[in-house]
Amino acid sequence: MSKKSTDKTAAAAKKTTSAAKTGGANAAPAAAPKPAASGPNPSHSSPVNTALSADEKVELYRKLVRIRRFEERSLRAYQAKKIGGFLHLYIGQEAVAVGCCSLMGKDDHVITAYRDHGHAIAVGMDTKALMAELYGKVTGCSKGKGGSMHYFDPARNFWGGHGIVGGQVPLGAGLAYALKYKGLKGAAMAFMGDGAVNQGAVHEAYNLASLWSLPVVFVIENNGYSMGTSQARSSAGELATRAAGYDMKWEIIDGHDLYDVRAKMEPLLRRAREESKPALVEIMTYRYRGHSVADPDKTYRSKTEIEDYQRTKDPINLFRAILQSEGALTDELIEKIDTEARSEADFAADFAEASPFPTPEDIQKDVYWEADNPSQRTSGGRLFFN
Amino acid sequence: MPLITYREALRHAMAEELTRDENVVILGEEVGQFHGAYKVTEGLLEKFGPKRIVDTPISEAGFIGLGVGASMLGVRPVMELMFWSFYSVAFDQILNNAANIRYMSGGQINCPIVIRGPANGGTNVGATHSHTPENILAHHPGVKVVVPSTPYDAKGLLKSAIRDNDPVFVLENTILYGLEGEVPSEEYLIPLGHADVKRAGTDLTIVTYGRPVIQSLAAAQQLQQEHNLSVEIVDLRTIRPLDIDTVLASVRKTHRVLIVEEQRPFCGVGAQLAYMIQNEAFDELDAPIQRLGTVDAPAIYSPPAEIEQLPNSQRILKAALATMGS
Amino acid sequence: MAQIIDMPKLSDTMTVGTLVKWLKKEGDPVKTGDILAEVETDKATMELESFFDGTLLKIFSPEGSQVPIGVALCAVGKPGETVEAPKPPAGSSGTGDSPVGSGGMADPAMSSEHGRAACAPQPAEPPKPDAASDAPAAPAPVPATPPKPQTEAPRIPNERIRISPLARKFAREKGIDYTRLQGSGRGGRIVRADIIAAAENPSLLAPASTAPTAAGGPSSSAFRAPHSAFSTGPIQEERTVVVGNMRATIARRLLEAKTTIPHFYLDIEVDAEPLLVLRQQLNAALEKQGVKLSVNDFILKASAEALRRVPAVNASWEGTQIRYFGGAHVSFAVAIEDGLITPVIRDAHNKSVFQISAEAKTLGKRAKEKKLAPAEFTGGTFCVSNLGMMGITKFNPIINPPNSAILGVGTTVTKPVVKNGQIVIGQTMGLTLSCDHRVVDGALGAQYLAALKQLLEAPALLLV
Repeated sequence: MSKKSTDKTAAAAKKTTSAAKTGGANAAPAAAPKPAASGPNPSHSSPVNTALSADEKVELYRKLVRIRRFEERSLRAYQAKKIGGFLHLYIGQEAVAVGCCSLMGKDDHVITAYRDHGHAIAVGMDTKALMAELYGKVTGCSKGKGGSMHYFDPARNFWGGHGIVGGQVPLGAGLAYALKYKGLKGAAMAFMGDGAVNQGAVHEAYNLASLWSLPVVFVIENNGYSMGTSQARSSAGELATRAAGYDMKWEIIDGHDLYDVRAKMEPLLRRAREESKPALVEIMTYRYRGHSVADPDKTYRSKTEIEDYQRTKDPINLFRAILQSEGALTDELIEKIDTEARSEADFAADFAEASPFPTPEDIQKDVYWEADNPSQRTSGGRLFFN
Repeated sequence: MPLITYREALRHAMAEELTRDENVVILGEEVGQFHGAYKVTEGLLEKFGPKRIVDTPISEAGFIGLGVGASMLGVRPVMELMFWSFYSVAFDQILNNAANIRYMSGGQINCPIVIRGPANGGTNVGATHSHTPENILAHHPGVKVVVPSTPYDAKGLLKSAIRDNDPVFVLENTILYGLEGEVPSEEYLIPLGHADVKRAGTDLTIVTYGRPVIQSLAAAQQLQQEHNLSVEIVDLRTIRPLDIDTVLASVRKTHRVLIVEEQRPFCGVGAQLAYMIQNEAFDELDAPIQRLGTVDAPAIYSPPAEIEQLPNSQRILKAALATMGS
Repeated sequence: MAQIIDMPKLSDTMTVGTLVKWLKKEGDPVKTGDILAEVETDKATMELESFFDGTLLKIFSPEGSQVPIGVALCAVGKPGETVEAPKPPAGSSGTGDSPVGSGGMADPAMSSEHGRAACAPQPAEPPKPDAASDAPAAPAPVPATPPKPQTEAPRIPNERIRISPLARKFAREKGIDYTRLQGSGRGGRIVRADIIAAAENPSLLAPASTAPTAAGGPSSSAFRAPHSAFSTGPIQEERTVVVGNMRATIARRLLEAKTTIPHFYLDIEVDAEPLLVLRQQLNAALEKQGVKLSVNDFILKASAEALRRVPAVNASWEGTQIRYFGGAHVSFAVAIEDGLITPVIRDAHNKSVFQISAEAKTLGKRAKEKKLAPAEFTGGTFCVSNLGMMGITKFNPIINPPNSAILGVGTTVTKPVVKNGQIVIGQTMGLTLSCDHRVVDGALGAQYLAALKQLLEAPALLLV
């Protein structure tokens, strides 16, 4: 019995590995990503993109490159034993976070899961604090208490960085609830991976957001695999269209194309802000690295598949080609941006290396607001035990 | 002083805080139009309107997670769990998100949420609806856990909980909802983390909280009359932070301790208490510390059997005598 | 400058990786992102990726080898560039307990220095036995006369008395001998009420035993006199001392060495007379040049020279392979405050006894000042531990990993010896070689000691 089912699973895996993406794309009208060269793409002429100045375009490109170089540097640091635990790299998905977060106004909010480095850089966090967090140093953005999966920067409306698959999605609905309750402007974006869509909490959040008309856009970053299980092997039906069951607007976006991300996200985000209505988008993307860098990467997909994406759909290459054709990027500038991004990453690593670790005394700080603000404490008794 | 019920005391606490702070919002299943599954929130919708008193779908992980997210932006949600037993379907939101977010963000984010609802057995609702998870909740640094036993305490503690900047979980009791007690009409707060000596005595300390406080008071009276034993009763009121000093002061007076809790024994609150007492007052003990809790099995349905499974005044009386004879 | 590529950390729990397969060979061009090899971790087979452009110059770890994190796998650089052989691994640091980033710091730094001192040099490869040798320990001191109870209650002698903590405290305060009471608590436990009753009514106390005691009879106090006639106070203040970095490292490394290396020991006696004579001559003749050679300088030189003659001892066990070292890097144990450390004379086989003497002097001084740089106490291939100056005649030192042998040097003893059939007064020195049987077999160890003996008994050989 067990042998038979194993064989069956293996066969299914083989079949779906190469088809994981196209299976989804066939049924989804807007999904099949095409390189920019193949014809005029309406997203590219959408007002939100044509309004960009040459400098703004270059800055978007620079963010893509900075994220990639930061993560490549972090991988080296991980392998040199400077970083503990897990390291989930975003490499290949950069256009999703950069595209979405580039649409944020000062009143908009973001929350995501554990693959959070790209979003953190996209909202403007300092890479020194991010690298130091990976190194477990007190100069890290969470003082070395969160690690790779738990980046936060409320001052930039970035609410994490959450470790449990799907667990952050109700929090994202809560951010939107707070905006609406307090009569504030803005909207929330709640990111999740395609592996999160079968978690109950995600559906509960969809329901509440639609039921209460909350200003939130749920963003599924569909990289094809929930850890090592392809979409075909983990999710029945389509992901974006599940929104229909909650009477929520939905959209499928080509996440390899930064312009497409911006063009299709912008109206939904604006609608959330102005009409307080939720939406769900599924952004088709791809990660080149394992689920975490410690995980095997050959058991569930082929090397060819990864290489095909790298060759034909790399978000940095595609956007570079567009900007070059638009005349916004020169070879010289491309080289300069790359060099600067590499030095920034090295500098962040040097900063992290030179920073101190938290002390044992730091372990029990930041647990209770009251314990950290003893002069304002109103309760009695012991907060900590041994 | 007016006599009001424990239920009314909770309601008054919420009404006062809703009036005082516009960021306070009540969310939960059947809290509005239905008037509350146990009528705790009855009348609040009519008084404060649907923006402040929000009926949620049966979706604990969703609405508690939503409350956690909203609290990060400064809303002060008071979430009702119809039964604390349902915490298990929202465990990730309560104990991964609410409990850890301040820590994981290096102190950048606060989570001023209150989750309240009944957590008790004794009403023949079976194992799924009779959980008393104060030990499991209090196991998580970052949270506060309150278990009031009287109307006076319920009101003062809930008001403090709503004003607290850390997540506070208030565990009430459906059997106590109808209990009457004196509650002043003027506003007052009871700070968290202060135990209360509910009865002074010299021969034996009973450390307890929640409904067993009431049962222990009845037992103490009988022990005084029939056995000439003077029992002191310390009501913890708050499990975390824990006012162990009041407990130790009582132990130094009586030298014998019985811990009574509506908890199964293994890894219960009493286990932590017993450890701390022996550790900090070893030379004051004239007998081993005794515990009386729920008989160690899932909650039984059968009504007469459930009475014997839970602490009750006769079981407490016997345990007290055994502690004196040991 | 060639880049040395170390075994990377490829998972959260990995400590050692197995080099499954090299996908590039020496001489192949390599660019960033190329897969160099496959490495099997505890979780999966992973790809070893190059972060550099250049040519694969040298492979240090063959296929099938198990390599701890941080140990060199290969070098990438410009074609034709020479690559220095990597240093032997400075002890595995791959326990799950070691803090991350220990590539840059000694393991124990985190525990007591709160990680703040990560930059301060710590003995990454430390200490080695000397004081901590396993010469038979003196038996634990036994009191000449065990203390006896001064009073005995009518109960079974030595029976544990059941008394509540509170009652014991009360008894002490009221001067009640509770050993003479019967308790009223459960199981006969003496409780507070029993002490109070006894205080009010002394007849409740059982008669004290009349048997004479060491202190000369029953005392009015319930408690034993704190001092017997034999003691005049504690031998030292009773206290606990937090284990520091160095002590923790010594404890960890020596426990590991003693429990994981199959040690055996070979003893040999050396006629020390020629050596002492030569030393005296040299020191007298070269006094003006400031030369002052110690016996230990000669032993260091002789150890290195003997390694040249029996090089198989200059080796290290690496699990699936044995590494034979090209240079004799001889370390020697120096006792310092709170512990000991083993500075290394690098390439001792190529140095004169005068060079070795000067170097040992400097290293010893720097060691005592705790100023040694990690490079100065790591990378030894053989170790010498000398307790001769303390009068020890012979001891079995613990091997200092990753060495395969350590030489224990005893004192020079003046005693009757047989020379040319005559009993004469001779001067002998005892040497012990502790060997790792995985690398050094008995015959090999014996060969080494024989070579050493030959050199020390004809010490002029050490000057050529």
